[in-house]
Amino acid sequence: MNKYYLNYLDELESEAIFILREVWAQFQNPVILFSGGKDSILVTHLAKKAFYPAKIPFSLLHVDTGHNFPETIKFRDDLVKELGVNLLVGSVQESIDKGRVAEEKGKNATRNALQITTLLDAIEGNKIDCAIGGGRRDEEKARAKERFFSHRDDFGQWDPKNQRPELWNLLNGKHFEGEHFRAFPISNWTEMDVWNYILRENISIPSLYIAHEREVVWRNDSWIPNSEFLKLEDHEEIVTKKIRFRTLGDITITGGIESEADTLAKIVDEVSTMRQTERGNRTDDKRSETAMEDRKKEGYF
Amino acid sequence: MNIDNNQLLRFTTAGSVDDGKSTLIGRLLYDSKSIFEDQISAVENTSKQKGIDGVDLALFTDGLKDEREQGITIDVAYRYFTTPKRKFIIADTPGHVEYTRNMVTGASTANAAIILIDARNGVIEQTKRHAYIASLLQIPHIVVCVNKMDLVDHSEERFNEIVNQFEEFSSKLYIRDVRYIPISALNGDNVVNRSENMDWYKNSPLLNTLETLHISSDINKIDMRFAVQTVIRPQREGFIDYRGYAGRLQSGIIRVGDEVAILPSGFTSKVKSINAGEEFVEEAFAPMSISVCLEDDIDISRGDMIVRKNNQPETSQEFDVMMCWLNKEPSKPRTKYTIMHTSNEKKAMIKDVVYKMDINKFEKDEDDKTLNMNDIARVKIRTTHRLMIDEYRANRNTGSIILVDDSTKETIAAGMIV
Repeated sequence: MNKYYLNYLDELESEAIFILREVWAQFQNPVILFSGGKDSILVTHLAKKAFYPAKIPFSLLHVDTGHNFPETIKFRDDLVKELGVNLLVGSVQESIDKGRVAEEKGKNATRNALQITTLLDAIEGNKIDCAIGGGRRDEEKARAKERFFSHRDDFGQWDPKNQRPELWNLLNGKHFEGEHFRAFPISNWTEMDVWNYILRENISIPSLYIAHEREVVWRNDSWIPNSEFLKLEDHEEIVTKKIRFRTLGDITITGGIESEADTLAKIVDEVSTMRQTERGNRTDDKRSETAMEDRKKEGYF
Repeated sequence: MNIDNNQLLRFTTAGSVDDGKSTLIGRLLYDSKSIFEDQISAVENTSKQKGIDGVDLALFTDGLKDEREQGITIDVAYRYFTTPKRKFIIADTPGHVEYTRNMVTGASTANAAIILIDARNGVIEQTKRHAYIASLLQIPHIVVCVNKMDLVDHSEERFNEIVNQFEEFSSKLYIRDVRYIPISALNGDNVVNRSENMDWYKNSPLLNTLETLHISSDINKIDMRFAVQTVIRPQREGFIDYRGYAGRLQSGIIRVGDEVAILPSGFTSKVKSINAGEEFVEEAFAPMSISVCLEDDIDISRGDMIVRKNNQPETSQEFDVMMCWLNKEPSKPRTKYTIMHTSNEKKAMIKDVVYKMDINKFEKDEDDKTLNMNDIARVKIRTTHRLMIDEYRANRNTGSIILVDDSTKETIAAGMIV
């Protein structure tokens, strides 16, 4: 080694590892929010590096909407086994059965907003004082103002106008009983950075991200996958297309794009020429200009 | 594209809408093709609703609901763009005096600051405030953009006049690297592309300047400082005796075999091995996150600092800092606060306010002893235990502190050790 500066991916990695270790040092019972998407897989991968040769000291918390891609659940279970970490599951179905939340009605009904209650219940029930998320500031304008250590009051709410200033590398995770923090170690990564890093480190990701043949229907300007939850409208028709997903959420609302990118390298190429934002295929964000900000204030990730 | 050597540059832009700050950021993002089609069409729609022809570049940096309603930036917003040469992080901060704390926050990690001057107005109070904060926070590079050159007929004379104004007052500040660029953010002159209207300007446009600033020396590589964040003990087969001190190197270079001292205890040992992730390495440099094993079994925990035996920081319980007050609650004399410094945490109190700085007039006030939000002051701090400190000018990472109010748990002040 004879150059004494980091390239940007190494610097982002170093920053994320610093934040993960800081979470471990400052909190009693932190968990990684694990959705099965690439960002939470990346955070888990970084946690592995941060504590090597020890095991990841965090449990993974999965908020299960019940509307999953089957591939996601299998991937989650395999990863948990490989890493030897503890898995906690918060079930939206259970929240519905217990009457904590009611299912949305109508054609574009999703369980997206319902996750907030399940997540907050899981945080309270497991006495979690810090939930580590894969949120990135480039994803959405409300997320652009998020801190690395983001404070939540005892109702789990975020107050964007009253955030703690964050200077240098001095992170303040102090809180009162009942309050908790969200920590975002990959805040400064963009979608492109995530893919470049996944390619460089050869991190395994669910096959959904890679182009594959799938039954889909054209809805809200994207290809929605066929599933047991899909209710077809009269004019809609199921077709088979070669598609891949840029983000993974509920199977009911996550739209795919037509793609030939069937390797990581091809995905990186494709993403670098992409002219639409990755959340552009998420109907949950299309509801209003401030859909994300409103959900975040309530306690969404 | 070969990205192996591409570095990350963080810069801050302070200014108000009137200076064309949002337009400049929008221009950088737009001309470097960092904006997606759905974002462009959303902005086109909003522009149309507001009765603006074409695309209002300023709308690309729109933030939270309240900010959009009021047309101002309240908080630090982070934006990202990448060119074939570098990745950039913009800390976009509001410029008014009541937002000094946000400017300070954005400046704390920046390699460079862009200071915008309206060519019609020249250097004004706000310019001086921004330059003062940039120098206080020791931002290594300053790029002064004289904007709206189209409104002064692209005049070289006017540009030189403003450069002279800036040089004159900034000679009183501690600024290491400053350059000047005449631009028009609205028309795109000298932002990404070279201006055709100002052929008298021979230096680089803004983006190329940002792409080529020498930033690998911005972090101190001389004085090795390694504050222990946490201790890694795997207690599993193959690693039974492994005891790794994990942290992010604050500064300097550490090598296997180095003779080190552990502070504050003063015990000495040698570096046995260094891990960067799963890899064993022979040497590591700031700002790498590593874990370090030592030859000897010494009791080391979070907050301790590993340094080279023959290059040690000052250890002190009393020192002066330049402080920026960040909280609505004013300072309380002789109250115990929590001080956070590297991975260390102790109690501290403000013994004395030496002077408050009026950052608009550059005047010192030695009589007012209360710190209110956005105040900048030189204060004397006393801590319950010794801290391992360096002067902020020599080392940003070991020269910075924050204060936390134990009754609210909020971060109430930020300080730079002098």
